[in-house]
Parts: sequence; C-alpha cells; structure tokens
Amino acid sequence: MADYLPHTDDDVASMLSFLGMASLDDLFAHIPDAVRLSGGLEVEPGMSEPDVAALFARYTGANAAKATAMTCFAGGGAYDHEVPAVVKMLANRSEFVTAYTPYQPEVAQGVLQAVFEYQTLVARLSGLPVPNASLYDAATALVEALNMAHGATGRQTMVISSGVHPHWRQVARTFARGTGHRIVEVPLRDGVTDWQSVDVTDVAAVVAAYPNYLGIVEDLSGAKALAVEHEALFVVGGDPVAAGVLKTAGQWGADVFVGEGQAFGTPLSFGGPYLGLFACSEAQVRRLPGRIVGETVDSSGRRAFVTTLRAREQDIRREKATSNVCTNQTLMAVTAAIQLGWLGTQGLREVATRCAQGAHYLYDELMGVDGVSAVSSQPFFREFAVRLSRRADEVISSMAESDVLAGLSVATLAGGDDPSIEDGIENVLLVAVTERRTKEEIDRYVELLKEALKR
Amino acid sequence: MKYNPKFCDAVAADPGLNAVHPGAPASLCQGWLEIMVTLEEKLCAITGMSAATLQPAAGAAGELTGLLLMRAFHEANGEDRRRVLIPDSAHGTNPASVTLGGYEVTTVPSNDRGLVDLEALKSALGPDVAGIMLTNPNTVGLFEEEITEIAQAVHDVGGLLYYDGANLNAILGAVRPGDMGFDIVHMNLHKTFATPHGGGGPGAGPVAVASHLVEFLPGPQAHRVEDGTFDWVAPPRSIGRVHGWQGNALVLARALAYIDVHGSDGLTRVARHAVLNANWLRHRLRDILPAAYDRVCMHECTLTATKLKQAYGVRGLDVAKALLEEGFHSPTVYFPLIVEEALMFEPTETESVQTLEALAQAVERIAQRAADDPVSLHRAPQSTPVSRVDEARAARQLIATADAAR
Repeated sequence: MADYLPHTDDDVASMLSFLGMASLDDLFAHIPDAVRLSGGLEVEPGMSEPDVAALFARYTGANAAKATAMTCFAGGGAYDHEVPAVVKMLANRSEFVTAYTPYQPEVAQGVLQAVFEYQTLVARLSGLPVPNASLYDAATALVEALNMAHGATGRQTMVISSGVHPHWRQVARTFARGTGHRIVEVPLRDGVTDWQSVDVTDVAAVVAAYPNYLGIVEDLSGAKALAVEHEALFVVGGDPVAAGVLKTAGQWGADVFVGEGQAFGTPLSFGGPYLGLFACSEAQVRRLPGRIVGETVDSSGRRAFVTTLRAREQDIRREKATSNVCTNQTLMAVTAAIQLGWLGTQGLREVATRCAQGAHYLYDELMGVDGVSAVSSQPFFREFAVRLSRRADEVISSMAESDVLAGLSVATLAGGDDPSIEDGIENVLLVAVTERRTKEEIDRYVELLKEALKR
Repeated sequence: MKYNPKFCDAVAADPGLNAVHPGAPASLCQGWLEIMVTLEEKLCAITGMSAATLQPAAGAAGELTGLLLMRAFHEANGEDRRRVLIPDSAHGTNPASVTLGGYEVTTVPSNDRGLVDLEALKSALGPDVAGIMLTNPNTVGLFEEEITEIAQAVHDVGGLLYYDGANLNAILGAVRPGDMGFDIVHMNLHKTFATPHGGGGPGAGPVAVASHLVEFLPGPQAHRVEDGTFDWVAPPRSIGRVHGWQGNALVLARALAYIDVHGSDGLTRVARHAVLNANWLRHRLRDILPAAYDRVCMHECTLTATKLKQAYGVRGLDVAKALLEEGFHSPTVYFPLIVEEALMFEPTETESVQTLEALAQAVERIAQRAADDPVSLHRAPQSTPVSRVDEARAARQLIATADAAR
C-alpha cells in the first residue's frame, strides 16, 4: 500500500470536523445508492515502488527489440537518432515536464518562449510562415490539414499519394468517417506517384510525401500542378530531417506542411508520444488547428509571449470550430527546439548527409547480394525498399536472432494490397539508416542478410 | 495539478521501454504488449467497461474516437441519426468533437441546481438522437444525481451515453461510468493518473466501451493469446487507426505504474481526499468567494467573484492574477460559461491542508486589497517575470516566429 497523499489522519479528522461531517463517506452521500460501487474496485491492492519496478523489469526484459540491445535498421517514420545528453537534461527539467498548460502567461513565459522558438524552427524547416504549437503526431496532423483544406475550399475530395505513410493514410480514412471526406489514394509506379492517373473532381487537397515513405525523393511539380489545376490546397508531408539537404515544402509551393518530429530529440518510445509538425501559408492562418504562440508586449512594454488567435479554438467556437485539438505535444515541441538549437543548420545538414551516406552505402552493398533486387530505380534519401527472395517478416525474425532489427515488412506496415507496391509486397523490406549506424554495423547487416536469404 | 510521481518518470525512462521501435514484430516487444493489455484491463475495471483502445493521444482525440464509435454502432444498425445532446455547462471540446464526428449539436440547459434539466433533456430527445455527452461530476464540480433517469431516457430512444472522463478523479472507487449506464468513456490520463502535463501535452486519451461497441474499436489492439503470449489483432468491424502507431505509449506506461502503486485501495483514497480538499476549500472561502451552487461538491468547486465585483469592481480575472503574485497558480476563470465570474478550484488530493490554508489566506489578503486599493488588483501581477500581456495586440498582428518579428 503506497500513495502520494500528504494528509495525516489528524488532518482528515480536522478537515471533516470543519465541514461538520463525521466521515469521508458523508462527502459521497448525495450519490444515489443505485450507482454506487459496492465492494471496491476489482484492481489489485497497491504495491510499493520497488515491487512495481520489479514488475516493469519483467516487461522491459521481454522487449527484445530495444535499440540498446538490437541494432536498429527500422524506420518507417520512427528513427533511432542520437539524442545528445544536453537535450535529455534540458528537456527533462521539471519546469518543462510538470508545468501546467500556459493559460496564465505571466507565469509561463519559459514554456511559451520555448514553443515560440520551436515554431520558428518549424517555419524554417517547412519553408512556410505560419506554424502551430504542435499536434499529436504526423498522422493526426495530416487529418488537420485535410480539415483545413475542406474549410478553405468547401470541397470534400482528398487526393493522397500512396507514397504517404500507410498509417497516416489509414488515420485519414478513419476520421473521414465523421467528416465525410472522400479519400482517393494515388498508386505509385516505380516508387513514384502516378498523378496522371487521377481523374476526380471536387478536389480540396492534393497530398504528396517528400521523401515518400519508401524513402524516394519524388519530383513534386506534377503534384503541385494538379493542386493548381483544381484550385486545391497542396499539402506536403514527410521526414523533416530531409530539410537538412533537400528542398522545403514551401519551395515546392506547398500551402500546408505536415511532418513527424520524432527525429528531433524524442526516443523511439514504441510510437509515442511523438510530435506532429504543422505549418501553413498566411492565407490559411484563421483555419490553423490547435494552439499557436505569438509575440506581444506586457503592460510595461516588455517583450512577452502568449497563446493567441484563441478565437479559432474549440473552447471559444465550440461546434463551429474546425478542429477539436486542445492538449498537444508541448514537451516534445520543446525537446525538438532544444535538439535543433543544438544541431543548428550545419549540424542538421551533417545528420542528414550521414544518414543518406549510410543508406546509400548499404543499398549499394545489398544490390550485389543474391536474392536482393531493387523495388524502384528512383533516387532515395535515407531509407529504401528492396525486394527479397524470401518473405520480409521471415527475414526480420531470422536476423533478430543475431540482434539486428533488419527493417520493416512493407506488407505488415501497409497491408497486403497497398497501391504503393505494384506486386509481391510480402517480400518487400523497408530499411532505414541513421547517423548512429557505423560502417561495421552496416557490413555485418549485409553478411547477416546473406545468411538469412540462404536459409 | 496532481503531484507527478518521479517513480513513474523513472519507469518511462528505461530504454527497455523508450528505445523500442513501434514497428518491431510483436514477438520482439512482448513486454510492451503486456503493458498495454494490462492497462486496458485495469482501466476497464476502474470504469466498469468491457474493452478499451489506448490509441487516442489526448482527451479531444478520445472524444472524437468515441463519437466515431457511436456513429459506427448506429450505422451497423442501419440507422442514420443526426444529433448529439450536450449540456450547456460542457467544455467547448465536446461540441467541436461532435461536429467533426459528423453530428449536429443540441444544447440542453442546466437547472437552478447546476445539473442537467431532466425535463428539458426529455423534450430534446427523439429517434434522430445518436447520443449524449456528459461529464459526471459535471464541469461545475457537481454530481449529476439523476444520472440513472438520464441514462434511461437516452437509451429509450436508442441513443448512447458518452462519458467525458475529465472529472474521473472524483469518483475512483466510488462510482463507475459503466454502472451509471454509460456506453463510451474517455479518460485523460494526465488528469486522473498523474502523468505530467508537459506545459500542454503530451496527454493520452484512452476510450473504453461497453460490450456492444467492442467490435468497432480502433485497431490494431494488443491482445492476450491463450498460450500466454501477446499479439496484435484488429477488431472485426474496427473504425481503423486513430494514431500513427499505438498511442502515447510512454504516457500509458506511466499511468500503469501509477495504478499499480495505488491499487484499488490507493485509487479510492485518491478520490476521497480530492473531494475532501475541494469541499474544505469551498467552505473555507465561502464568505469571500461563495460557491455558485452551495452544497457538497466533488473534486472541484466552482466559486464566484460576484460579491467582490459588486462591492469593489474587482473581477474574477483580477483575483486570478493577484493569486499569481501570492505564489499560487490561478484557478480556471470564466468557466463553465453558465456561472458568472467563475473561479474553478481543483486542489486535487496531493495538496496538503496547510497549502490550502495558505491559499485561503492569500484570498483573504486579496479581498482586503480589493477594499483598500482595487485599482492595484486591476494591474496585478507585478512581481512576475512579465505583467499582464497585450493579448489583443498578439491576435491583431500575428508574430508566430522570430523571422516574422524581424
């Protein structure tokens, strides 16, 4: 039996006496008997912290895939990047971790300014001027972008490249059940979106991925042209680390950028909490979802920060709001600001370059391995798909015995009939390389894959 | 604001949890799947429901997930229902979620006791009603005593009851939403199970449902296999994913550690002491800030500054800002909307009576200042890093980045 309650028995007795009550039960006496829980919760009794720690040690021991024990070549929107000690130390300060939502700006300037710095960095990475203070993750950020496109155009059809991460597309389909949006997925040919195949009307948004989830760096001019033709919003989603070396969404003419910010200081974390990056053009600012921090002055004229454009938000606009988001991922946003501040422009370019160099070295080596062939002839960034002579999930299990997480099975990630792969999806393996992977680890990967394919 | 146990942070910081790739095969992350299954089972035991999804990343995401489940249920029955009822005391997230769920909002008025007006509710009901979203205790901090009658009336027209779990902390071990007749429940793990607020997130908003809705839950779901291992399964008529991966997993792990430490006895004590603290504070402040509805409240008390306003022209916002000078984070002001000059205090169970007494004395000093020098309260706070900020200017001329500022 443990808890964190400060009251002594005497405290409780004197507080009840002050209220003119005899027992704590009196506080609940007005609750009808018919709904009262008799016999207590069917949950085990409380345990001491060490006993709970022992229980969790059993759980962590059963997680063989932890990147501290298994060399990680899995990506698919979640990457094993280096998180410098300075990022962990600063982001774990209790002033950030335990702070309440900054509704009282006079006592929340630290959080508010950190989010403002985050917004500045998101704007630069996206090439778009108006970021928000974060969303839950990239998938839900995409949903918000679609809602924004509906608000901007009044139209319902969302044309989405199947190069967009399969889970993001799945989430978009789920929320379309409520909004009534029509989701049209455009197939890939040779790893590149076949925008020519699109034959729809009523288009609200054209959504492209850069790079796409197979790592391929597509030319987005066709997607932009399609958006212009339909007077739709052009939404670009993708891996923000690419901005270290590639064009930004804004340079491609995007109206909205969405991205997954996990790569900026947040560990793999079994998928969450992650960080939904979001930025848009000036024209869409009144439809921006979630919170936004703005700069202003206090009553003495001093620089100050505050959550602003509140009139858009759900607690004010209620049923007329275009988004219901209130809680976001502030702590992850602050973490990303610290990580990007530590890296700087040069550091981000080096991370991106080292990821790309490692991935290309591994790819070139694998192209010489019997049983491995290309899925696409197109250029890629730091992640690539290859076709194997065996099922990808079997190869992953096999290499895991040698403590290497070989990548992700595209069939598992996307489903068996996803339009992103033309045929034989079960044998397609998605492989990512981050700056943490050494040449020795990559060489060992090649040898282990050769063995796995021989079995 | 609850105390966020350092122990739970330590649990989540273990690389055995935070260094696991979310796309790894289930066989390589059995510990994580067991955590998820165990948490789901315990959340169901706490709420009286049958199964839960852990995917929604925050309360608002949970609300929308719940509404999509409501929609899937009615559609599976071949019914096209249009309206969702919401009390006028509800938080704005509720109606926003209803709209995104593809429904229209019908607002139900409160009665003079601060509760849902049962007769008004009945007259708003009809065969086109998909359901009702309720918070119980409600946003005023009062228990909806006619909940059984409300549930009966909504169920009689074929509607579902949605429980907004924002105030679940008040009833742990005392009442379960499932026993009150609710069909869908979302929880805010940062509000009830003490995961850190992080300055505005991350949260986690699991949604638990009654047996007739289990087949529609988002997938994949962690699942206990007969041989004692764990795997992912998609419910047969799943609405699909609502998160890029499995939800805010590290937040979920913290919540499970919190539940394990407290157990059935500790969780029950949490609610009882939270309610004790709120009532003590309500009674202690009654002369200066009377309760909007003066009777026993649950874990929070909605007080009003109308007496100070009438006597000295000092508003609820002034009191809130003056409390910052006194070293206390302000309570929520001007919410719920049905209470004039509202100040809503939610002390939680982890503040001591000594802290509550210090808060009460601070309010007394502010009341004295209101009588002596009310103008000084309009200018409060002065001792904080910045004084009152110009919110109108921030909205009029948006500066959202350092580049825009140049």
